[in-house]
Amino acid sequence: MTRKNQRIALIVGGLAFLGIAAGLVLTAFEDSVVFFFSPTDLRAEPVDPERRIRVGGLVESGSVERGPADAEIRFNVTDGNSTLTVRYVGILPDLFREGQGIVAQGRLQNAVFQADEVLAKHDETYMPKEVADALKKQGHWKDGESPYPDAQETGAQQTGGGS
Amino acid sequence: MIAELGHLALAAALVVAVFQTVVPLYGAARGDSTLMAMAQPAALVQFAALILSFGALTHAFVTSDFSVSNVAANSHSLKPMIYKVSGVWGNHEGSMLLWVLILSLFGAAVAAFGGNLPESLRARTIAIQGMIGIGFLAFILFTSNPFERVVPPPIDGRGLNPLLQDIGLALHPPMLYLGYVGLSTTFSFAVAALLEGRVDPSWARWVRPWTLAAWVALTAGIILGSGWAYYELGWGGWWFWDPVENASFMPWLAATALLHSAIVVEKRDALKSWTILLALIAFALSLLGTFLVRSGVLTSVHAFAVDPERGMFILVLLAIAIGGSFALYAWRAPTMEGGGVFRPISREGGLVLNNLLTATAAATVLIGTLYPLALETVTGEKVSVGPPFFEATFVPLMVPLVIAVGIGPLLAWKRGDLAGALHNLWAAAIIAISLGLALAWLQGAPVGAALGMALAAWLGVAVLTELADRIRLFRVPLSSSLSRAAGLPRAAYGMTLAHLGLAVFIVGAVGETFFSAEVVRYASRGDKVEIAGHTLTFEGVTERAGPNFNAQVGTFVLENGQRLESERRFFPAEGQQTTEAAIRVRPAGDLYAVLGEPADGDRWTVRVYHKALVMWIWVGGFLMSLGGLVSLADRRLRVGAPAPRRERTALAAAGGDD
Repeated sequence: MTRKNQRIALIVGGLAFLGIAAGLVLTAFEDSVVFFFSPTDLRAEPVDPERRIRVGGLVESGSVERGPADAEIRFNVTDGNSTLTVRYVGILPDLFREGQGIVAQGRLQNAVFQADEVLAKHDETYMPKEVADALKKQGHWKDGESPYPDAQETGAQQTGGGS
Repeated sequence: MIAELGHLALAAALVVAVFQTVVPLYGAARGDSTLMAMAQPAALVQFAALILSFGALTHAFVTSDFSVSNVAANSHSLKPMIYKVSGVWGNHEGSMLLWVLILSLFGAAVAAFGGNLPESLRARTIAIQGMIGIGFLAFILFTSNPFERVVPPPIDGRGLNPLLQDIGLALHPPMLYLGYVGLSTTFSFAVAALLEGRVDPSWARWVRPWTLAAWVALTAGIILGSGWAYYELGWGGWWFWDPVENASFMPWLAATALLHSAIVVEKRDALKSWTILLALIAFALSLLGTFLVRSGVLTSVHAFAVDPERGMFILVLLAIAIGGSFALYAWRAPTMEGGGVFRPISREGGLVLNNLLTATAAATVLIGTLYPLALETVTGEKVSVGPPFFEATFVPLMVPLVIAVGIGPLLAWKRGDLAGALHNLWAAAIIAISLGLALAWLQGAPVGAALGMALAAWLGVAVLTELADRIRLFRVPLSSSLSRAAGLPRAAYGMTLAHLGLAVFIVGAVGETFFSAEVVRYASRGDKVEIAGHTLTFEGVTERAGPNFNAQVGTFVLENGQRLESERRFFPAEGQQTTEAAIRVRPAGDLYAVLGEPADGDRWTVRVYHKALVMWIWVGGFLMSLGGLVSLADRRLRVGAPAPRRERTALAAAGGDD
């Protein structure tokens, strides 16, 4: 094998792998990318009940209740305009609280969101970005403000720049 | 006062970095030995200045000096001492300071140990290292000053995120940074080689130990982070394909590829231009990771603060470093001569296949990580790309890789004999296939589990076969085999250990994924939870006070009387709740019990997992890292740059002498 052939073989081999990778990526995107919806979005457009999606919003105060089954929990998520009932079986994250922003992942079936994962972020003052944007869209939250007092302190804390 | 000294030392380090960049580069261009020789003292002085600066910040944390705003924001007087120290890098500013400290450590190490590098290559390498330093020192000084004061100082600090108050945080970031930032050395060597216009086997011999050292630290850092997530976050996951994890995993993949392609440059003088490109890519991915984590475009436990100005600054640095080095590459690489030719079926061919697969895997991880960011920027649509995507793209690429890792080391250089190699591996094939079939048919295991375990068995047996082949075990008398074993280079054992580690890791990853069990339910005192052949009796909840938290302790008693205690901790200073899982570690699988919220009356939500074979994941990662270390100790790797007899720990002292 000459040097030129070797180089051609390497390039062809490399391109073949890139092609395979591109194929894998595209098929995987089709099946596994999870879209985010706010409760208002979900009221406006129906979603395939088999499709995994994410919803996010604030946990409505006083809406958290324990269901009949073991470790079953129901609560409402709101973006200010619409609310959606979420059902989850398991242990909620440490940072889950009423009034707190959360993101749930699962499927929307018969107008109840069956969550298999509930995410409240590690940082106590953290508002999931998707939730913040969804609230902004509904006009319930402006930049620099926050529905709960803790987050404002972080705002102040972030002015670290300059020397 | 000490904080101001630290600030001053930081500014001094920037000045020295400018000197370290400009003078040696000019000297190298002019062929002036005196100017080139300035590189080494400059690198050592820069390192010393940053030790001073880092020491000053550590002092502020240890003495709880709340007049420093960074300390006030991230520490608390009641915090245990070890977390006051690790809190130094448990925040954005401090972690960036650690970043540049390690960057200058590597610059100083090249200066101290690069005694027999060609003069101009050494000068240029150290200068490039200094150039990276300029960017990040400026970043810290202008956007993230860790020494800023607050007036008046608060009475006490705001505390550190309790999740970060853990021994995992004391170890994981420094180790990860050693790896991440260690790749800067390889980058500097690559850019210096492009400037020189010359890459030869001796260049690869100089570069390999640095890549290896960075790779060892990166592997250990990733495994530590994974272990930390497993026991601390309370849901027993060890890898989430979280963008921040991917940020460290992509450089790891690139460094793994680089490690292997550098062997081809060293042994066969081929693949030079590709190896240089990989060195650039590996550090570019490190920088990208730093950008993703530090800019706040991603929010996670790692994102300490969100500030678009910082993001822009790092993005500009990223553009300069990547754009500049790639442009230089495009300009200079074509002038590099190709080296030895080889057939596709050969050791080189195997290493090329490794490179293609790991690089492609890194590319898919990159796409999955950046896609949500790109989509939101372009269309405003919000998506998340989670484990299903990465499992569908990454895993299929790893299957051929694992098969090839078993075969490659048995092939000869230049022209290999595939039939002969496969003939050697009949035992591995039979064991792998029968294990897979047994799992699928007798145990009814899922196809993925059977395939995964078969692959692990194939790799494990193939690695041992290769070792047996090298020492001609059972073909010559045992004593002669043993003397062969003693005579094998350490790099050979390093490879064996690392590849064996990969096999062990696969067992753990496949086992945890397919054979784990989970029970979530309400339990009151005396209730029994059955899982994976064990019975745990819930003994109820008691209260306990910790140093800076109050805990509710749920006790589970195993059938043999062993007590497992899971805690829900409340940290009043931070106003935050964390969960400490109770974990009983066994090779066959961990029992992982978590106390959840109170339900009603005396009933609590409890969750018990059986995490099958999860320990193998850590053992596998440890073996890989150990393999790298053993390889690093190889005499041959010192041919180009015979390391001084001093131990590596002497690195820390190197700032003072010379």
